[in-house]
Formats: sequence, C-alpha cells, structure tokens
Amino acid sequence: MSELSDLYQEVILEHNKNPRNFRSIDDADKTALGNNPLCGDALEVYVKMDGDTIADVAFKGSGCAISKASASIMTQVIKGRSKDDAESLFDQFHKMVTGGLDVETEENDLGKLKIFAGVIEFPARVKCASLSWHTLHAALHGEEAISTE
Amino acid sequence: MQSGTSKVSNWDVDKIRKDFPVLSREVNGKPLVYLDNGASSQVPQSVIDRTSKYLAEEHSNIHRGVHYLSQHATTAYEAAREKVKRFINAPDVKECIFIRGTTEGVNLIAFSYGRKFIGEGDEILVSQMEHHSNIIPWQMIAEEKGAVIRIIPMNERGELIIDEYEAMLNERTKMVAVTHVSNSLGTVNPVKQMIETAHKFGVPVCVDAAQSVPHFPVDVQDLDCDFFIFSGHKMFGPTGSGVMYGKRKWLDAMPPYQTGGGMIRTVSFEKTTFAPIPDKFEAGTPAIAAGIGLGAAIDYINAIDFEAAAAYEHELLEYATERLSDIPEVRIIGTAAEKASVLSFTIEGIHPHDIGTILDQQGIAIRAGHHCAQPVMKFFDIPATARASFAFYNTREEVDKLADAVQKVIEVFA
Repeated sequence: MSELSDLYQEVILEHNKNPRNFRSIDDADKTALGNNPLCGDALEVYVKMDGDTIADVAFKGSGCAISKASASIMTQVIKGRSKDDAESLFDQFHKMVTGGLDVETEENDLGKLKIFAGVIEFPARVKCASLSWHTLHAALHGEEAISTE
Repeated sequence: MQSGTSKVSNWDVDKIRKDFPVLSREVNGKPLVYLDNGASSQVPQSVIDRTSKYLAEEHSNIHRGVHYLSQHATTAYEAAREKVKRFINAPDVKECIFIRGTTEGVNLIAFSYGRKFIGEGDEILVSQMEHHSNIIPWQMIAEEKGAVIRIIPMNERGELIIDEYEAMLNERTKMVAVTHVSNSLGTVNPVKQMIETAHKFGVPVCVDAAQSVPHFPVDVQDLDCDFFIFSGHKMFGPTGSGVMYGKRKWLDAMPPYQTGGGMIRTVSFEKTTFAPIPDKFEAGTPAIAAGIGLGAAIDYINAIDFEAAAAYEHELLEYATERLSDIPEVRIIGTAAEKASVLSFTIEGIHPHDIGTILDQQGIAIRAGHHCAQPVMKFFDIPATARASFAFYNTREEVDKLADAVQKVIEVFA
C-alpha cells in the first residue's frame, strides 16, 4: 500500500475536501475550459493578470481527488508569479508526472508541487494531475478549451 | 445468504475458473479479481488454443484460393458462422454477418439501412440508456437525411417507460434502436414486447445485444428482431470478432456499407454488381482468426450449462447488491427489477476514478467513468460511476473483497 499512500497523501486528500481558490473570477482576463473526455472531468480556470504577473487565479469544476487537489495547489503556487514562471512550472510539473524529471535528484523549482511525484506510478492518473495545468497553459495562450485526448 | 456459498447446485465455479488462465494471475501483488467483464470478458484456454492452432497450422486468406490452406481456412471460418446461426437461432446462416464488433454493426445498419429507408422528417427512436455507439451513428444519419432522433425515456430505477415508448411510435418512425441490456445500469429491457409493438407500425427494431449474449441464452426468432448485434470479446471470444444478424428482407434491400474485394459479383468501370448476403456486407479480408475464435467461444458456452451460469451470475449480482447496499455511503445507480451482471455505484464525496485506483491496488479491476453513456450520467446528475460487472467465473469471495475494498476507500477519504 505504500504506492497508494504516495498518491493519496494527507495534503492531497485535504485539498480535495477543501479546495483553495475554488471559485470563478468575474473580471478574469483569461479563462479556459479543460476536459478529460475519458472520465468526464471538466474544470474551468480563471486568470486575472496585472501586467505580466498572475494577480489572481481560480478554478471551478468537477473531478477526482487528484485533479481537484492538483488544481487547488496549482492556484496557490502560481498566484503572484509571472507568466513565464507559471509556464516553467507547468513544464517541470509535466516532466515530473511523465517521468522526465526526478525531483529527488534533479534541480527544480517545484516546491510543494512535488507532492504529485507519486502519480508517475499510476499512469492512468497522469491526465488527472495535469488537467488543470494544461487548462492554465491554454488560458495563458488565449485558447478557450483543451482536451487531454 | 452466507458468504462463500452458492445456492446454484449445478455450477462448479472452481472448475470453471480453471478454464480461464488469466484468472490465476496476480495484479499489484494480490490475486486478480476481475470485475470488468462488461468492458471485455476473459478468454478460456479452448479459445486461445483454437485461435493459435489456426494461426500456426491453418492460416490463409479465405474465399478465393484454390489451394488446400485457403479452402481449409474458408471451411473453418464458415463453420464459425454456422455456430453463430445456431447460437442465436437465426433462420438462415446467410443472415449472420461477421463484423469487427457491435460499434461497426450499428454504423453498418445506420448508414446502409438509413441511406435507403430514412428520409426528411422521419423519426428514429433511441433510448435514454443507450451506449454512445447506439446513439451517434443514428445522429449522423439523421443529420444527413434531415430526420429526427427521439428519446425513449426511463424512470429513476433505470427502466424504460414503455407506455411513453408506445405513444411515440407513428407512421414517421423508421427505426427503433434499443439495447437489450444496459452497459451502465444493467437493466434488461423488454425488447420482445417493444419489438411486437414496433411491428404494429411496420417499424424495424435494432437490438444492441453486446451486454446480453454473454449472460443469458438468446433467440432472434423468438424476439422477432430485425437486427441483432454483438461483440465476440464480451462473450469470451477475441477482440475484432462480432456479429450483425439481420432479417433477409432488410439485408437484401440494403446497399453495401463498405465496398471492395470479396463483396462483388462482377466489376467493370461502367457498373459493379454485388454479391448476395453475407458477402455483400463483408468487404475485404475479415478477421479470420478472430471469427474462428468466436466460433470456439460459442462451443465453450454450449459445453457449459449456460442456464445454470445465468442463474449463478444472477445470484452473484444479488449478493453484491446486498453487500454494497449495506454500506451507507454507497448509492447504487440502476435498480431495475430486471437486471443482468452490472452493478454501477457511487460513493458520496468520492470520485469513481479514485475508487477505481484504490480498488486496483487491491487487485480488483472495475471500470470507472461514464461508460460511454453520458446521457445516463446526466439523467442521474452524476459525472461518472464505478461499475463492477460480473461473469459466471466470478465468486462470492470476490464480491466480499469488493465490498471490503469499498469500505477501505471510504476510510482513506474519511
């Protein structure tokens, strides 16, 4: 059960229960809709910019514990960061959950996002963990909707 | 009922399990508990052996060689078709068309029948509980022809509302497409009665039998259905095999769905004439090994006591329903009076994917998702369900493991 507890850590379960920034932003500059058509997970990401800085970010939608906790922690981490920082984190996060980055041995800026490193043992759940990041990426690039298919 | 005992006296599940090699393996360090039979069933050794023997000793293309192997392969493939005919009690073996699976069968009927017989303003009835593969082909042909899709409604238990269905039939209705057993809810629909009513209006009925043929004996003449489609891989055969039965009066009148080799009588650049059924609907080299494997799967079903298997499976479903219903957080989705094999459920506050992952770590394979039945999910206002689906090789001990694992899921998320 060690792998399972790697996936469902307390922090993830807690964010699933009480997701942060779980709301819409009425005057958002950028929004995108993310869909995982295989499982029906759907979430909307809202971004409010201040120049090049992500002044506010929030999300709404439905999904599994992994996708919800990932979105919640993502919003905490990128708030107040620059667009480039967010993109760099997206890149590192994606590498971490798909096996391209070993967070224990390789340098990275992931910080508390490292909690999702265990997802790599669960290939069927990689899309759950990365849905919010793909959606954020789409929002920052002015795309309105993405699908993980 | 006591755990571990079955009332079906003439069903020796331990003996049956030995026929399926995969059932003795471990997954994630635990004995495999395979409860995803609705997605695809496991394959007995006899089917593996028959398919291997064909590939090792008998393979050649069919229907065209003058040489020994080609004739031998043709004979084996056509023998499988004969087995299909007897299995579903089709009047004529030529009415049994080999296809890749149920999805291809519905597409074939929708486009071939639809292009010939469906026109502007006509109506196609599909039920609320259909799999996407029995919805989308009809939507496509309806769009092409300017026809209308109408939905046969269901109640909160997941049963079709037959009075409303009967009131929907009229002179504009050109097809009723309905599933025999719902893949997401397990409901067994009263298709025989529905067919009888449709025929009063001269309307043909297309039955999606993907989830019924693995679970109880069927008889297309007794049902009097116009089309009857199923997949080999859900009835202990190989993927890539399947059957579309159609009444000759329709098949003769319908144009080919795909064209090419094997389905012609004569070809010139001015005019091509088509072969009679079944060849007319079997363009190109078919999945020969899969078709022969399907024949072997039918042999397997014929060799066991299929009535006893159905009774045992029903008992298993009732036991599982009882065990999961005892857990207060669990909600069973689909509580029809007549059900087969499928137990869909949700747990309050826990997404089915999380249920699926935690069960998988216990070696328990279930399906989590919308089961290609999004209108059903919308009806029950849920994003997805967890679905355990049973076969006659599952055991009461496995049901106990499922219930215990569901308890564990609730503990993890407590």
